[in-house]
Amino acid sequence: MSAPSNAAVSDIVVIGAGVIGAATAYFAAREGLSVTVLDKGLPASGTSSACEGNILVSDKELGPELELTRYSLGVWHGDLAEHRHLWEFEAKGGIIVASRESSLASLHRVMAVQKGFGVAVEELDPDALRAAEPNISPDALGGAFYPEDCQVQPMLVAAHLVRLAVAAGARFHADTTVTGFLRSGERIAGVRTTRGEFSASSVVNCTGTWAGELAALAGVDVPVMPRRGFVMVTEPLPPMVHHKVYAAEYIDNVGSSDAGLQASPVVEGTPSGTILIGSTRERVGFDRTVSTDALRLLARNAVGLFPFLAAVKAIRHYHGFRPYCPDHLPVIGPDERAPGLWHAAGHEGAGIGLSVGTGKLLAQALAGREPDLDLTPFAPARFGTAPKDQSAPREEASA
Amino acid sequence: MSGIAARDVAVVGAGPAGLAAAVAAVEAGARVVVVDSAAQPGGQYWRHRPENVVAADGRGHHDWGVYLDLRARFDAARATGAIEYVPGRQVWMAQNDDGGFTLRTTPTVAPSVAPSASVAPPASVAPSDPAGAHPADVTAQRESVSTIRARRLVLCPGAYDRQLPVPGWDLPGVMAAGGIQAFIKANGALPGRRFVVAGTGPFLLPVAANIAEAGGMVAAVLESSSPVAWFPHLGAAAGVPEKALEGLGYAAVFARHRIPYRTRTVVTEVLGEDRTRAVRTARVDPGGRVVRGSERLLEDVDVVGFGWGFTPQLELPVSLGAETRVDADRSLVAVVDTRQESSIPGLFLAGEVTGVGGAALAVLEGRVAGASAAARASALSPAHASPQDRDQGEAPPSDALPPALSPADAARVARYRRFAQAMHRAHPVPDAWHEWLTPETTVCRCEEVTAGQIAEARDALGAADARSLKSFTRAGMGWCQGRVCGFAASCLGAGGGAHPSEASLAASAKRPLAAPVSIGELAALEPSTTTKGTPA
Repeated sequence: MSAPSNAAVSDIVVIGAGVIGAATAYFAAREGLSVTVLDKGLPASGTSSACEGNILVSDKELGPELELTRYSLGVWHGDLAEHRHLWEFEAKGGIIVASRESSLASLHRVMAVQKGFGVAVEELDPDALRAAEPNISPDALGGAFYPEDCQVQPMLVAAHLVRLAVAAGARFHADTTVTGFLRSGERIAGVRTTRGEFSASSVVNCTGTWAGELAALAGVDVPVMPRRGFVMVTEPLPPMVHHKVYAAEYIDNVGSSDAGLQASPVVEGTPSGTILIGSTRERVGFDRTVSTDALRLLARNAVGLFPFLAAVKAIRHYHGFRPYCPDHLPVIGPDERAPGLWHAAGHEGAGIGLSVGTGKLLAQALAGREPDLDLTPFAPARFGTAPKDQSAPREEASA
Repeated sequence: MSGIAARDVAVVGAGPAGLAAAVAAVEAGARVVVVDSAAQPGGQYWRHRPENVVAADGRGHHDWGVYLDLRARFDAARATGAIEYVPGRQVWMAQNDDGGFTLRTTPTVAPSVAPSASVAPPASVAPSDPAGAHPADVTAQRESVSTIRARRLVLCPGAYDRQLPVPGWDLPGVMAAGGIQAFIKANGALPGRRFVVAGTGPFLLPVAANIAEAGGMVAAVLESSSPVAWFPHLGAAAGVPEKALEGLGYAAVFARHRIPYRTRTVVTEVLGEDRTRAVRTARVDPGGRVVRGSERLLEDVDVVGFGWGFTPQLELPVSLGAETRVDADRSLVAVVDTRQESSIPGLFLAGEVTGVGGAALAVLEGRVAGASAAARASALSPAHASPQDRDQGEAPPSDALPPALSPADAARVARYRRFAQAMHRAHPVPDAWHEWLTPETTVCRCEEVTAGQIAEARDALGAADARSLKSFTRAGMGWCQGRVCGFAASCLGAGGGAHPSEASLAASAKRPLAAPVSIGELAALEPSTTTKGTPA
């Protein structure tokens, strides 16, 4: 947390100290690159602090995102295993519950495909489901168990990865807002900030839901948009919910682009005894107005899964803005439209789980190495190849 | 739409400010609804034993005549239906929608002020039965009052004792000074035998007097500040002679009961294995640093009451977006104009939320707020009026507000505010209070977060404000949602005796659920008509 120097020069400037930026900085510093991390606030003050800390395999469709998920899971269990206690890493497993014949059939189809791709999943008949979750609704018809699903405390992940990056030689500046880019000819060569200029060979945009605004400062279009989600937290209780428990309908909503309010139950206990009840999805821009409809849907769906919750008190709720792209894939890699600018953003509701894989792959590429996983499907240029007029204001993304 | 018909003015709180606001609004012609968390009117200040058990006689109370007058007018308005009184319910959310305000309410969770309850959390956040059982009030609740609508809102939620952690403060027998007083007022009995009252401010005096008059022994009253601190502020204080008389009254009580009153003295540790048995005291310099060699052991103490001033209940004003500021006592308070209107049009605030100033000021502010809210409500266009209003042919809308206070009362308000500011400056929270802690001292009692954990999060992870500390350590994430530890955590995040920032205090006051509410109640909410909801 040293004072910023106007002459600061590094190999890489990482903008944003959420989980994605923190992971990128950590692995880049471990690659031997000199790294400067900037955040407009403190670590984990954006979407990283307003989510559930999910590391999920169960909700992924086949394709590049599932590959990135599995790679990331390897990083959580491998490179970062020694630090898992710092961020309450829990390999608790996820259970998807179907309460309707139609959703049970869908679940069985998804399971078959996932199994074929090597995802660990076990079918749970009603008895097995009740053995795993004794307090589940009597209406539950069956489910699927995903032993690979994990949970972390995401704010601690971001804060400790920043700390570990700093220990590996990176510099971190809080309360530093980027106001523009430095250029060397056509190349991005650093950033202007509220605390002076920072030069770098490469600048990585890890600003999550705000990545589009930052890209616009460089004249490129990165269509990351906010998708609001509410999460409710109960009073602390003795263990009543033992896994991450979702409704089968969750899978459909994750991939949906519907602007209307959706809510599917995701219920899980935490080490502190509280139960998290997620999660809504709606496209309302950056509106922070508390929605009683969102709270109502969360409550109804949670009680539908676990009837005992009706008598339990909620003590708080929070909301955040998932960063999502129109094709529901993150943007990871160098932006050929603005040489020197890289992106790692738009991970939607999967950012915590995907963060460490994203950071490691990006660090490999930034160091000039071939990344372990092909980043082409996530290339920024998929949103159009022509550089935009720098002076043109980007229209606010809205539903 | 469920809920009672929209009223002109909703008042939250039935203490000095709330009663005065309700009476003023109704006497200005408004139809009023009053929501209060307690079972009977009076608030913390005029808390009294259950009226159906014992007739209240005003013993141990100040300004009881003022209460009786307000109560008589309040009851008269209830009898005519001009005031709808909704006791025993807390507001868990307030919304500002077109043309008015919506309050969502839930039955009050019974507060626990038993002597074993340790520092009594604010009444609004006492946990439900620790065994996990919950009152089966979800279905029994009065549906008609779960949603309350009004065109104008007056918030008078009051304040609770500000606490500073000290080693041993999580032992049974440690209470908030106000918690002791509330216990005596509500039960007519004492929560212990031999008391120490410690902290700062004039409020320590009536608490000690209440204990002595109820038959308790007060081993000492320890005031961290010094009477010398008064001298520069006497000019402002002299304008409020009744306060001086009050002080003389306490002096007599202290003399009669031989209560030692020590200034520049603090409790640095509460001692005992299973419960409070003794306290360690020390003299401090003006900055709160312990004077070497001044530590003393005060034995045979079973209750310690701490009061470091008050923390106003800001969650509802903050959730509605009202502008805030930091007052002279370092509390976050809401900004109001001369009509007690906040930065949110139609939202009026009175009492401690606008700056801690005591009951007499709260009554005056409540009168202004109630009258102003009533005038604003009647100034609304007919489109916002309910059908009944139009039938009754109310006075034509007018934007002109009547004068809310006589010049004499306005002068009194100004005097009381000057007096409050003088008190705040004479009785500051000592800058060096954090030096009394050890790394093992619990700061957040709900989540059992220690001072050492907070220092580590601040130093290693850069957690400089209450929000980050909450994220990284869970301080303030438990039952009380930071009501007890929020100020202390903000101080410790700032570090080195620095004063907490407004942003940190505001982050601590941000509580999207202003009171715990059952998930069953949330599930029973009516869908709003404007949002397209996907059926579950």
